[in-house]
Amino acid sequence: MSDQNQNSSEIHGVVGYYSDVDGIMNASRKIRDAGYKKWDAYTPFPVHGIDEAMGTKPTILPWIVLGMGLTGLCVGLGLQWFTNAYDYKFLISGKPTWSLPANIPVTFEVIILFSAYTAFFGMLALNKLPHLSNPLHKLERFKRVTDDKFAICVESKDPNFDLARVSKLLGVGSEHVETCPIDTTKAALPIWFHGVAAILTCASFIPLALAFKGRFATSEKPQYHVWPDMDFQRKRKTQTAWEGFPDGRAMRLPVAGTVATGELRDDFELYHGVAQGTAVPASVRYDAALFGSAAGADRPEWLAGFPAAVVVDEPFLERGRARYGIYCAVCHGNQGNGVGAVALRAENLDAAKWGWVPPKALHSDNAKAYSNGELFHIASNGISTMAGYSAQVPAKDRWAIVAYIRAIQATQALDPSAAPQDVEFQPVPTIDSVRVSDSGADGE
Amino acid sequence: MTTTDPSASFGGKPLKGQDPRVRPALVEGENESFATVTEAVAKVSEVPVPSTNKAWIVGFAISLSLLGMLGLLLVHLITTGVGVWGNNNPVYWGWPIVNFVFWVGIGHAGTLISAVLFLTRQNWRTGVNRAAEAMTIFAVVCAGMFPGVHIGRVWVAYWLFPLPNQMEMWPNFRSPLLWDVFAVSTYASVSLLFWYMGMIPDLATLRDRAVNTPRKIAYGIAALGWSGSSRHWHRYERAYLLLAALATPLVLSVHSVVSFDFAVSQVPGWHTTIFPPYFVAGAIFSGFAMVLTLMVPARQFFGLKHIITMNHIDVMCRILMATGMLVGYAYAIEFFIAWYGGVQYETFAFVNRAFGNYWWAYWIMVSCNVIFPQIFWSKKLRRNLWVVMLVSITTNIGMWFERFVITVTSLSRDFVPSSWGYFSPTWVDMCMFLGSFGLFFTLFLLFLRFLPTVAIAEVKTVMPQAHAHGHDSHGSSDSHAPSGAPIGGGSAAPASKQDA
Ligand code: HEC
Repeated sequence: MSDQNQNSSEIHGVVGYYSDVDGIMNASRKIRDAGYKKWDAYTPFPVHGIDEAMGTKPTILPWIVLGMGLTGLCVGLGLQWFTNAYDYKFLISGKPTWSLPANIPVTFEVIILFSAYTAFFGMLALNKLPHLSNPLHKLERFKRVTDDKFAICVESKDPNFDLARVSKLLGVGSEHVETCPIDTTKAALPIWFHGVAAILTCASFIPLALAFKGRFATSEKPQYHVWPDMDFQRKRKTQTAWEGFPDGRAMRLPVAGTVATGELRDDFELYHGVAQGTAVPASVRYDAALFGSAAGADRPEWLAGFPAAVVVDEPFLERGRARYGIYCAVCHGNQGNGVGAVALRAENLDAAKWGWVPPKALHSDNAKAYSNGELFHIASNGISTMAGYSAQVPAKDRWAIVAYIRAIQATQALDPSAAPQDVEFQPVPTIDSVRVSDSGADGE
Repeated sequence: MTTTDPSASFGGKPLKGQDPRVRPALVEGENESFATVTEAVAKVSEVPVPSTNKAWIVGFAISLSLLGMLGLLLVHLITTGVGVWGNNNPVYWGWPIVNFVFWVGIGHAGTLISAVLFLTRQNWRTGVNRAAEAMTIFAVVCAGMFPGVHIGRVWVAYWLFPLPNQMEMWPNFRSPLLWDVFAVSTYASVSLLFWYMGMIPDLATLRDRAVNTPRKIAYGIAALGWSGSSRHWHRYERAYLLLAALATPLVLSVHSVVSFDFAVSQVPGWHTTIFPPYFVAGAIFSGFAMVLTLMVPARQFFGLKHIITMNHIDVMCRILMATGMLVGYAYAIEFFIAWYGGVQYETFAFVNRAFGNYWWAYWIMVSCNVIFPQIFWSKKLRRNLWVVMLVSITTNIGMWFERFVITVTSLSRDFVPSSWGYFSPTWVDMCMFLGSFGLFFTLFLLFLRFLPTVAIAEVKTVMPQAHAHGHDSHGSSDSHAPSGAPIGGGSAAPASKQDA
């Protein structure tokens, strides 16, 4: 008790040291009974029963952990529901996207994760740790507390603090009593520590700075490839040059005379609409004048019927109706009257002044006069201003369209007087009749 | 002889129904005091660097070179591709997965000793729990490495986690492989917390004994300013109890989830419900074997024989034998179900295991895991350290083969005979497995050298001096209970039998 004559405002507290468990238990009870609040017992290990001797209240930590465990439950379930049942649905063998049993393991792990972290960090927070500058650690004798000594410190902040009285209370059964001065020393870390810390702090900004530079700067050079993945391979890509072959191409040309699968087209009837073995018409858009009787001596031997490769039956006609509806009706109209949506629009825009040629009706006598082969050739390669459809529609489907055009010709725009009059009769609209009825909706 | 009732507890309520018989002292020696315990443990890490134990230096040099080899092989693997391993159709899960399960299994004993034995009031754990926890963490590090590189393109390993990404995709939470990611990473981080938290008071002890500045700073920061305050201890013990209560189901869940990687698939020999308990038993088994393998030499070299006593070794040998029999039971039941279930693929898978082209692996497994540990029925052999070392090492070998047998035999003979194959490891496979031991032992030896290897504070709580005699107290009258009588719950733990 050498330094007892210090002023109580300059000291942190009074510390009494005890050599065994009994000593500290007895002293704790005395301090507790004397009504002090700001004091603590320091021991090398958790002494059993000291909570009661000190009057420590049970900690609320378990409740915090419980709360965070329940939070973990919600987070675990929510994460799985959001990721797999809501935001990005996994459809696996038709199983439901949300099924609890499969989500239990992960939910469980998340609960444990949350609770365990809370138990640890909650303990630190409630204990106000880390707390590196404790004045008690300045006392040489106090270092034995983590070894084999027991200590009690009553802090001067306690309202009842009285140096003499506290020293007397602590003195009973104690080895030693001393005052603990307030720690006024400046941080005594060695110089090199500051240096290292400064360098490390600066260095830690480098990656961030690089990331920022990469984000906002522009560069001529290609992006730096951190991970090659399989982007660079020792192979030549299509349509590139390579000096390895004499012709300098990376690709090889097909052997002369090679025919690609399905491109042989040796069925003249099916692919060209002419009799087998006769001259094949050029696959180009003919002028209207080259069809019909005007064609003269070079006229190909157009097929009158259908090629042997197709069977004209109801499904075939149905197929033709569908293809016609997709490819032809926009111009020629569903009824083959030349009043398709495109024709209508062009008419309303008065497109003829820009050179627009309206599509023709397909049930005209002119159209009826074409042979099947000619119709096929028109559907394939076009006529005058109309483009061909061989690129979009396969040969058999073009024949189906031809069959359907024949059906249109057989059923549409017939002589009204020949129709049974008891049926409600509707003449097929012509472009003029449509214009009259649509005159209000200009350009629609 | 100093005898003590082991009913002292670290963090718990008063103990009811403790075994009333006098048990051998947990800390041996005539004049053991708190100071001698501190001294014995702390001096291990306080030896000046030049006078480090020779055995440590040799061991560390070997481990470090193996670790270096592992590093080079990892570079080789990542720059070249997983083709450097023997994994190929149909055995895509070759050694890397075998090694993963092997190491994860070893990583179970630590938390088991810390948590399960803590909750069941097995106070003898205090001598070995710290080292076992360290072992857990280092084993999990080794375990995590293997699937980490087995995915092939390691730079996209973050796809394993549910992170928002430019593909707007999420991982499939109904895949056991994703459960594994959650289980193993939760386990690794919780074990780390558990280990570190247990070490805080002991780091404070090392801090207070430190004489030179680097040690003062390092231990000072690591100890977080721990002062030994009883109010802190109160919350600390509560948190420790909570962590133990959380870690216990966790430790059981982890290896169950690892077993789901296999059991949820359709492969014959894997698709069985016995897998979770069977894997957990195997994990405990291999974990205890590893603890023994590490502790027997460590207590020898670092003079901790009075803290990690022969009784500890004895108890662990008995656990080893018990879990070995559990594992043996699982092997038998697998065969029974394969026959009883009447599925021809299952039957074939098991007959093939024992008598097919991997018969040698199967019988190594059975002898090491089921037959050899049986010698621990004899107390004499349990106390013969050479025998203990030998059996613990053969157990480790046997458990590695168990994972090999499960993984490789089933995959190499699946449903379609046309895809059958034979798995052969490459030199990279073997050296990487060896290298993982380098990683493990480097970390473990560093731990032995620089950290408190024994839970100093906890050991003190199980010493007779740790309990109030209560001469003039009103809260501990039970300690006057008649000698030998079962001691009921009192707020103060009873004193030693002799004192009573
Ligand atoms: C983009 C609008 C458009 C489409 C689509 C269209 N045609 Fe034409 N079609 C025309 C035009 C315009 C003409 C008149 C060409 C001319 O005389 O300059 C025409 C003329 C014809 C003729 C000649 C009629 C005659 O009396 O000389 C036939 C036959 C014909 N088309 C069939 C088809 C078939 C079959 C399809 C579907 C595969 C089709 N068209 C698709 C615009 C179209």
